Amino acid sequence: QDRCGCVLMMLCDGVCVQAQKLLRERLCHQKLPDQPVGLDSQYKHLLELLRRTAVHGESNSVLIVGPRGSGKTMVRIHEHHFNAAPVAGLLQTDDKIALKEITRQLHLENVVGDKVFGSFAENLAFLLEALKKGDKSSSRPVLFVLDEFDLFAHHKNQTLLYNLLDVSQSAQTPVAVLGLTCRLDVLELLEKRVKSRFSHRQIHLFSSLSFAQYLDVVRAQLSLPPDFPDPKFSDEWNHSVTKLCEDKTVEEILRRNFNGSKDFRSLHSLLFLAVSRVSVSHSTLREADLIEAWRLISVDSKANVLHGLSILELCLIIAMKHLNDTYDGEPFNFQMVHNEFKKFIQRKSHSIHKFEKPVVMKAFEHLLQLELVRPVDSGVCKVQREYQLMRLMLEHGQVMEALQRYPQCPTDVKQWALSAFG
Amino acid sequence: MSRYITRLRMRRTYKWNGRPVGEDRKLKRQYYESMSISVEGKTEDATVSLGQYILIEGDDDDNPFVAQLLKLYTDDSGKKKTAVLQWFVRMCEVPQNKRKLLGRDPHPQEIFFYQDRSCDNEVDGETILGAVQIEYVPVQDPFPVGKSRDILFVKLLWDTKSFRALDPELMQPSQSPKSPPPSSRGPQTRALPTPDPSVMKRAMSGILTRGSMSTGKMSSSEAESLHSASKLSAAKALSAKRRSQAVSGPQVRKKLDLCSPSKNMSRDDVLGELLDERSEKTLTSKLNTSPTGRISISIRLTPLNLNKEECVSPLSSHSPDKPRMTAHDKDDAARARTPSRRKDSAALREPALAALAEEEHEDSPINTAATSRSKRKSAQLVSSRIKKQLNLLGNKIGLQSDGEDGDDDDCFIPSKIDLQSSSDEEEEAKIDSEDELIVKKHRGSGTSRSTEKTRVSARTPRKTPSKKTAPATPRTPRHATPSIPSRTAPARKPGNVLEEARARLHVSSVPESLPCREQEFQDIYNFVESKVIDGTGGCMYISGVPGTGKTATVHEVIRSLQQSAEQDEIPHFRFIEINGMKMTDPHQAYVQILQKLTDQKATPDHAAALLEKRFSAPAPKKETVVLLVDELDLLWTRKQNVMYNLFDWPTRRNARLVVLTIANTMDLPERIMINRVASRLGLTRMSFQPYTFKQLQQIITSRLNRVKAFEEDALQLVSRKVAALSGDARRCLDICRRATEICEHSGSQKNSSGLVGMSHVMEALDEMFSSSYISAIRCASVQEQLFLRAVIAEFRRLGLEEATFQQVFVQHQALCRVEGLQPANVSEGLTVCQRLGSCRLLLLEGSRLDLFLRIRLNVSQDDVLYALKAD
Repeated sequence: QDRCGCVLMMLCDGVCVQAQKLLRERLCHQKLPDQPVGLDSQYKHLLELLRRTAVHGESNSVLIVGPRGSGKTMVRIHEHHFNAAPVAGLLQTDDKIALKEITRQLHLENVVGDKVFGSFAENLAFLLEALKKGDKSSSRPVLFVLDEFDLFAHHKNQTLLYNLLDVSQSAQTPVAVLGLTCRLDVLELLEKRVKSRFSHRQIHLFSSLSFAQYLDVVRAQLSLPPDFPDPKFSDEWNHSVTKLCEDKTVEEILRRNFNGSKDFRSLHSLLFLAVSRVSVSHSTLREADLIEAWRLISVDSKANVLHGLSILELCLIIAMKHLNDTYDGEPFNFQMVHNEFKKFIQRKSHSIHKFEKPVVMKAFEHLLQLELVRPVDSGVCKVQREYQLMRLMLEHGQVMEALQRYPQCPTDVKQWALSAFG
Repeated sequence: MSRYITRLRMRRTYKWNGRPVGEDRKLKRQYYESMSISVEGKTEDATVSLGQYILIEGDDDDNPFVAQLLKLYTDDSGKKKTAVLQWFVRMCEVPQNKRKLLGRDPHPQEIFFYQDRSCDNEVDGETILGAVQIEYVPVQDPFPVGKSRDILFVKLLWDTKSFRALDPELMQPSQSPKSPPPSSRGPQTRALPTPDPSVMKRAMSGILTRGSMSTGKMSSSEAESLHSASKLSAAKALSAKRRSQAVSGPQVRKKLDLCSPSKNMSRDDVLGELLDERSEKTLTSKLNTSPTGRISISIRLTPLNLNKEECVSPLSSHSPDKPRMTAHDKDDAARARTPSRRKDSAALREPALAALAEEEHEDSPINTAATSRSKRKSAQLVSSRIKKQLNLLGNKIGLQSDGEDGDDDDCFIPSKIDLQSSSDEEEEAKIDSEDELIVKKHRGSGTSRSTEKTRVSARTPRKTPSKKTAPATPRTPRHATPSIPSRTAPARKPGNVLEEARARLHVSSVPESLPCREQEFQDIYNFVESKVIDGTGGCMYISGVPGTGKTATVHEVIRSLQQSAEQDEIPHFRFIEINGMKMTDPHQAYVQILQKLTDQKATPDHAAALLEKRFSAPAPKKETVVLLVDELDLLWTRKQNVMYNLFDWPTRRNARLVVLTIANTMDLPERIMINRVASRLGLTRMSFQPYTFKQLQQIITSRLNRVKAFEEDALQLVSRKVAALSGDARRCLDICRRATEICEHSGSQKNSSGLVGMSHVMEALDEMFSSSYISAIRCASVQEQLFLRAVIAEFRRLGLEEATFQQVFVQHQALCRVEGLQPANVSEGLTVCQRLGSCRLLLLEGSRLDLFLRIRLNVSQDDVLYALKAD
């Protein structure tokens, strides 16, 4: 009996791990979906364009514009049908490197092993010559994918862009030049002769997803596929997911996320954290998991830093806040902060001991290191440290929230923070 | 290939030889029969005399002009030396478009007899570089192979229109009474064949590569002797000459006998046998006296070559006075061609080498074996001893020549031999002792086979170096051909009217004619044509905004000019195109021009120097070069020397260069060029105006060419719209193409006329010209929209177009509360802000400023409000 239970545990364990692995892969973009969601017409347009290049040998150039995480790079699903040469603006930072990369990927004859030799000029001449030799009917079409297209526009003379676009506008090897960018004003970056050679085809990937559709996507993303090896488990799991999506709290969280941004990347990182919490002991996804994941994701970046400050440092922050309020955001120096702090100690404080000035200075320097305060003119150190002008890098709300959450915060400090002026 | 270059760099001085042979009183000319050229740094002078073939300094250092010297005269001042020539042309001098008339690939050493009355056949005598050897090859015969690269072959005649068979008589110089017979002999093998052409040939090549000639009049025999005993002292030259003659003569016959035993012995053969003994002696003595080996061995090869020659044409071989180059050449070709293709297996090689070793031992004595065996034995002994000596040397040289691998003309033959002997080395040890045995066996096994083996043996050494030179590490392929792999399935042809229209509307499709640019076409045409006809140079500057057909028009002009050149209405010219955008650096322009002009590769500085020389040196046969420089503004450098040179060359007297430059801005010369550059560019300018809507309409109509795919109104709308915006024909065509796509797309849904109508065009125009900001704002998330609203609210509050993130964030939180949303925290706020910044809806500073990040709008406030209101 005992043994049987153990085996059952292990089995369950295996299934659970399997499900988790599958979902994680999905959420980490290791497996791209077959089709982007909510971009059907754009997808069809692009596919048609590439098909014409492939089938008819018609050269084309197109820009795909969309905010980050809108699925631009997903076009690379179709790369393998082509003689493709993807280059990325962030990796190939100038034309020389980009050209080598293109030559390498096209396996032209000047490639030895995996390396391209020769000077920039030679490589350029070689590539152009190669492209020139081809013609519409006999050469295999080449697909150039320029990721972060806008960065290529910053290259010297825009040589690469000019040449690629020029090929796409002349009777040479059929090419499809595909630029991916998130900048809406990318055309303004192009030089006029480069711009003239560009076909001005732009495909915009703006998601016009409604919240209901968004929920559907969440459900689809979390559901296990029908061919999952353990149908019982998958049924159970899918049922729990459906129930989860109907939950009010969960819906509220998802809506906040949706309001923040419509792209799936932020959703994926949220769901990833939730899925990671699933374990053998609770093998279904529960709302608590999602709430915890949301808490982790939405936490303010400076809240944790404030959490770890000493009372003295916190008092200094409060003093700075008061100074900010008094002088309407004008910069302050250590002496001002120290004065403010001294006033507080003398008048209101019952719990805080009097600190020596060097100690306070040390605490202030720690805040400086944490970049919670920042000097106005960085680097110029002609002024004595006490009198160097500083700014507080915290928002009013952040300070108040930190105080609320601070463990065992003395009441008088809290009251001091809440009081209008010093 | 630096031979000529180095020669050119040396200062040459020219001197008449002897007294003038004639005088023309009327023209005040004095005729000479030879001239000596002394090159600085060389002790010996080269002499060129009438009837000789000479090299003339041209624009291409590697391929100087070739001609036959007909007359040499000086004017009354005695300063200027003039030469009258009969030109020969190389294949690279024949216009590109006529080259296919040859109907086969030209031999690299092939030249053509040039028959053109219009061509100036007088040149400055000081452009003569030196003598060259030319061989006449009858039309039906193949080219001889395996000879020095310095020998040129002439087979056909080129009369600027076609290739014709060359009558060998034409090669004979007109025997004027002024040129006495001895001078016309010279190295001219055709006119007066020397006893042994191959020796002769090598002699010539040896002389040529040394770049100097012997003093005094060059008789063929002297040349020969000079070569064969090039390392011997001058005193020995004469005897060496005699010896070499003796060696070559009899052995020829002897071998012949070997090949065709049934043949009757002629008087020559008998003589040969008689001489045989002597030849052997001279041979061995010479080998002993000159341990360098190279020379003596090269002589020994001669009989090998000749014996085969004689096998092929036994009849002609008897009289050494008769020209028998053809048979010889043919055989040579056959022999040298095969080894490169054929890969002998090791098994095949072993016997071949054995045969070779044996052959070498007995090559001279074999025939006399019947009469005197002892003689042969002694010869073997001597030769094997010599070989042992040589092997030491040969190995070294063999290794050296590996790197050179036949590339080196001058050491070609010697190294071949050396290799031969070096590869024999291994066999030598074995064979040496059993020499006798093998010889016997061999002799018994039939003579015809032995010749067959000689052939193989001659082949083997060539293979050895090629094996050794195979590089172990992968290197960049020198001669990688730029190409794109071909597709597996053929490209589909357009299926329906819309697809057809789309194919025609693609910018890349070349229209039959260029409408709307008739005036510009005519102007450029006239300009280039006049320059080409006059043989002068000039510059033209063409400007116009992108997409107005500048480059297309120039190409069209060149196309039609080339057509008329083909029909011989105008002289031929070369067209070269460079593009400022297609090079990485302005100075690469030189490299590209040089490469397109002469197929040479050079560094920018060197290329500039070569071009400078080419365009400033006088050369009588130069074609006009039409150079198109696209995107001229990219060739700008701080010193502007690239532009300066480009515009300066056409002004040279002998340049014959027409430069057409294209750029976008009309006032480019005034704006970026310094005065001396702008002045050279001149005032021949042309400006392409943007197309008007009527022209655009005409362009589309002519491109469509009766393919009915567009409604008339739709076309007019497109052209009006584009004309109003830019007048860019490319844009117009792209829009039309997109419209056909939209039409196709919608046509499948509902039944329409099938034509591209107004609605489709409108949609296409919208897609291309409408700003995407509004739709981007509409599709943004709620927080992003709120943030934009907050930005505007803060701008209004401040009365400025700029705010810090902190200020906007306060507004943002307030707006969130108004909208009933949970206010975002600072991190979320910053994320939203950055996302808008990456789309360039907002312009942001670097994000490290955190709260004090300054924000500006990249769209007008009205647009934002409009987009948000309609939501």
